[in-house]
Amino acid sequence: MKIGLLINEGPYQHQATDTAYLFAKAALAKGHEIDRIFFYHDGVNNSSSLTEPPQDDRNIVERWSKMAEEHNVDLVVCVAAALRRGIKDENLAAGFRISGLGQLIEAGIQADRLVTFGD
Amino acid sequence: MNETTGGIAMDDESEGTIKKFMYINRKAPYGTVYALEALEVVLIAAAFDQDVSMVFCDDGVYQIVKGQHTKFIDVKNFSPTYRALEGYDVEKLYVSKESMDERGLAEDDLLVDVEIVDNAKMADLMEDQDVVLSF
Repeated sequence: MKIGLLINEGPYQHQATDTAYLFAKAALAKGHEIDRIFFYHDGVNNSSSLTEPPQDDRNIVERWSKMAEEHNVDLVVCVAAALRRGIKDENLAAGFRISGLGQLIEAGIQADRLVTFGD
Repeated sequence: MNETTGGIAMDDESEGTIKKFMYINRKAPYGTVYALEALEVVLIAAAFDQDVSMVFCDDGVYQIVKGQHTKFIDVKNFSPTYRALEGYDVEKLYVSKESMDERGLAEDDLLVDVEIVDNAKMADLMEDQDVVLSF
């Protein structure tokens, strides 16, 4: 199945982003295709390369970058939401790209299921 | 970047496909950014010629209440934008009857024309959708 994800909450603040990651990982392991992951609201903070969690904690941003590289997942950050929160190309982590909300609608049209993770 | 379609060139795969998109607004208009950013999604989505409907439930019903004054919280009053939705062919607006009743609101308190439906009917509407986005 072709699955799209929408992530609406920031890393470390809210569990949504962890749940989304574990869901995506499990779906990929089952042979499903994760077409695109769209980051919106505070979810855009998942893409900041300036993130430095303590050594003994999970690195949420690096985890996404690794997933994008290994499974060719398209990680899209909403430009308007990103600019509001200080996310720009110069501090964008590997594997992410900044684009418009149209990418979210397109994911809804092209995927078999679009799954939202948020509050 | 193409402004009207939010950064994408319409390709063959999405062109011609019409899905039922429902946007569910559950949160108060101010206090968090969800309502404002949800409205931005709906306005962009209008360029895609999909079958769009919006739902207002829980504190989300406050988003379309008349007479919003935001000057003293130094936040933009974006409620007039809901009146513009009709011009974007977003005409199916559903409001939860239970949410209205719980808050002592009546149809006259709202700034747009809506259809007020009970939660059982709302569940049927949701069942009928291809894509449900909840904010």
